[in-house]
Amino acid sequence: MIFGRSERGKPPVEPVTLKILVAGGFGVGKTTLVGAVSEIRPLRTEELLTEAGRPVDDTSGVEGKHTTTVAMDFGRITLRDDLVLYLFGTPGQERFWFMWDELSEGALGAVVLADTRRLEDCFAAVDYFERRAIPFLVGVNCFEGAPRYPVEDVRQALDLDDGVPLMMCDARDRESVKEALIGVVQHAMAYAADRRQTVTT
Amino acid sequence: MSADGQGRSHWFDDEAGPVVRPYAMTRGRTSSHGQHRLDLIAVVVTEPHADDPEADHMLSPEHVDIVELCRDVPQSVAELAAELDLPIGVVRVLVGDLVDAEFVHVNRPVPPAELPDESILRDVINGLRAL
Repeated sequence: MIFGRSERGKPPVEPVTLKILVAGGFGVGKTTLVGAVSEIRPLRTEELLTEAGRPVDDTSGVEGKHTTTVAMDFGRITLRDDLVLYLFGTPGQERFWFMWDELSEGALGAVVLADTRRLEDCFAAVDYFERRAIPFLVGVNCFEGAPRYPVEDVRQALDLDDGVPLMMCDARDRESVKEALIGVVQHAMAYAADRRQTVTT
Repeated sequence: MSADGQGRSHWFDDEAGPVVRPYAMTRGRTSSHGQHRLDLIAVVVTEPHADDPEADHMLSPEHVDIVELCRDVPQSVAELAAELDLPIGVVRVLVGDLVDAEFVHVNRPVPPAELPDESILRDVINGLRAL
């Protein structure tokens, strides 16, 4: 937490905030990616599954416990005093997908991280963003020791639409993650331009 | 299999949950009236005139924390939840109370589809490059 950035008496700058989601299977490097570019160590925020009207978790067998926690990791990049980008790692388990709906509302776009050893782990995320027309790119996290495949092969294995960018990346490497995020924003811009054209023609 | 499933009947430490149940701080409320759900990146800004929130006996210590945290640097709902170690739903209710009492105001994020022009997105790209 930074205090004292503004002098007393001066109204603080009220930034414009944007968010990009980081999705993918368990252990694919979502939190690592967030940590590679965030100016704060990835923070963890939690929600209890006790909110009224939520689909109820099946607690049979664990009657002693009535709440479950969904954790999301997130990071912050202050691009300018008045422009802040947040990165949110989506919760992995499928039963927490209601959190995805909330996270993806108003999101600029998403990075879907994939691991070539377990490609099927990111199918759900690809599906999710396709269905909701949220611009995303697939970043193939190049784990040491994992087999490398040509981009085209991975694209085919994922059955990606032609318009969806796919790139190799290293979730630990700041430059690589920056490139992926820039790719998401560029894709989002192109996507928005496309949509405008379909509306006007 | 035993009645408690895992053969465990006790919860210890963190597993037992917080000493004060989080939604007790909101007096059981899970949403605040009249407020659309606050986005995780909605920014909470303390009003300049809210200089002594502790003097208001309607406010809980958590309310006061939020007013103080957002005074110099406005904070997003997600940051407040992480900083105060409270569930997002609880922070939403508390912020809703503070908006009603005019201690803070909230800037809702503009959905990308409603951005007036592309210049903000270009600024994001340039900002990322410059990191």
